[in-house]
Amino acid sequence: MASLVSHPDEIKVVSRRFGQGATDLDRYLELDGYKAVQKALNMQPDDIVDVVKSSGLRGRGGAGFNTGLKWSFVPKQSPKPKYILCNGDESEPGTCKDRLIFEHDPHAVIEGVIIAGLAVGSTTGYIYIRGEYRYLSEIMQKSLADAYARGLLGKNIFGSGRDFDVYWHGGAGAYEVGEESALMESLEGKRGIPRIRPPFPAVVGLWGGPTVINNAETLASIPHIILGGAEWFANLGTPKNGGTRLFCLSGHVERPGVYELPMGYNLKKMIYDVGGGIPNGRGLKGVVPGGSSTPILTADEIDVAMDFDTLMKAGSMLGSGGVVVLDETTCIVKFALRTMKFYQHESCGWCIPCREGTDWLKKTLIRFHAGGGLKKDIDNMYYLSENMLGRTFCPLGDAAAMPTMAFIKKFRKEFEDHLEGRPCPFEELGAVEHLPVMV
Amino acid sequence: MASVPSIVEDELTTAQRITEETNRMRFSDQFEKRFSEMLTHYPTKRSVLVPTLLYAQDEIGHLADDVIAEIAGRLDLTELEVRNVISYYSMLTTKPRGKFNVQVCTNIACMLRGGEELLEHCEQKLGVGNKGTTSDGLFSLEEVECIGACSWAPAVQVNYDFHENLTPEKMDGVLDNYRRKASH
Repeated sequence: MASLVSHPDEIKVVSRRFGQGATDLDRYLELDGYKAVQKALNMQPDDIVDVVKSSGLRGRGGAGFNTGLKWSFVPKQSPKPKYILCNGDESEPGTCKDRLIFEHDPHAVIEGVIIAGLAVGSTTGYIYIRGEYRYLSEIMQKSLADAYARGLLGKNIFGSGRDFDVYWHGGAGAYEVGEESALMESLEGKRGIPRIRPPFPAVVGLWGGPTVINNAETLASIPHIILGGAEWFANLGTPKNGGTRLFCLSGHVERPGVYELPMGYNLKKMIYDVGGGIPNGRGLKGVVPGGSSTPILTADEIDVAMDFDTLMKAGSMLGSGGVVVLDETTCIVKFALRTMKFYQHESCGWCIPCREGTDWLKKTLIRFHAGGGLKKDIDNMYYLSENMLGRTFCPLGDAAAMPTMAFIKKFRKEFEDHLEGRPCPFEELGAVEHLPVMV
Repeated sequence: MASVPSIVEDELTTAQRITEETNRMRFSDQFEKRFSEMLTHYPTKRSVLVPTLLYAQDEIGHLADDVIAEIAGRLDLTELEVRNVISYYSMLTTKPRGKFNVQVCTNIACMLRGGEELLEHCEQKLGVGNKGTTSDGLFSLEEVECIGACSWAPAVQVNYDFHENLTPEKMDGVLDNYRRKASH
């Protein structure tokens, strides 16, 4: 079980019930559980959409699209059933937040799914949890069974005369499946290969029916917005970036952990105050601000507000909330290599720029880090990445290309330092052996 | 007289049942319960495939030919269609693994806190390389991608159990515990 941390700057909304025993249905009900659904049952669907829209809630999976707006794309009339699909395939390196939500507050996700269903006129939801999270799938299966037994799911929920079903689903190890169209393929029992868009899932999704796909954290935020109001939620964050989010601090920080901070929280403060700074009195080299696919920020670029728009302006992305901190002893070439090794492994092979590009980049980086790099490799890697951008069915190609371009652009000297057969200048430092490991 | 045909009928049903049972793979009751329940969750049978394969693998150890044939048969798929899906998902395997599959994460967050050193340590300790299995069949070792334990790095999953904030010394303790578990 993952351990919890806390900091005075935290504003606990999604994490409010963490550590409170809310997996137990009675306890969840005591902690205002399922009140939001009851409120939503008495609201008009369009009003629910409007509340979510004006709350400024944006997709916590990484894309940062306005959730209410996404819901509004679902056609009112549909000959095929509509579906709500919760994306709990959390696998972006650096991200470990949905795990805590499923572990501590599974009913909040179920509640979010039901409310999304009421908003778009769907009566069926699926909660997809990655295969590695077996213990969380078990918690979810029990939570669903409990909710059915109590009449909170199934026929005539809360005596409202309306029906709603929510089912669990499990993956079996695939990063690509976290991409929305691949997620649907996987749920339909196939290889997780992305679908071409348009049509978008909101129009043609699961089994051809209109489908809303939201990240687990996004859906877990919904009940709080319905109860607390759009204005309250919006005011927690910055303009157009409502609420709080779970930031997963990892890497070279004194106090790694998952902290819930308001949108727009300063990154420098997050590292030095919340995270307790860099261990062993070392300096900062850079921060990957939102999971491995987001471009790295250098030590000079971290005085920045952590919201979608500000990070976009800073040339990076807020992504999925995984904040990975690198101290001055980290070799960027090695870090770039490990990142690319991951994308090469996870590329589904459907689109050539991604399949060949990630493999080519990985092989070049292996040779480069081993001391066999050529000067022209540096520009070649940049050029190759540039040509993957926007040329694939899904964003995995971009996710591999964007960080690589940032590594080369911002740390070119480190690449040059590996040239002419020189050994990696960081190898002998052995940073990791001296790290404090939390007990 | 009236009871005679009913005895014959009973015997027939028993015989049929035995044939059916020998033809069918023996999954646990829990598996069968979950499987038939899941079939009611989706508009298509095929949708249960991915989780079913994983649960089947957990019981049999790996997705052997007869498991694949069985599941394909149940879901009206060809074996090829099932194999196609298996080869996509990194947790699914058609080859036997050790009783305890030690999965060491070396992705970025774990790498920064000693994940690679932990993998090396496990290799030495178990005497096998990546994707190798110890000769007693107890442990397999696997280098894996991010398992969602970034804030508690470095982390390892043994089968489905997470072990976090590890050091080589703590890892020894983890392995010893599994060894003890196996001898009981």
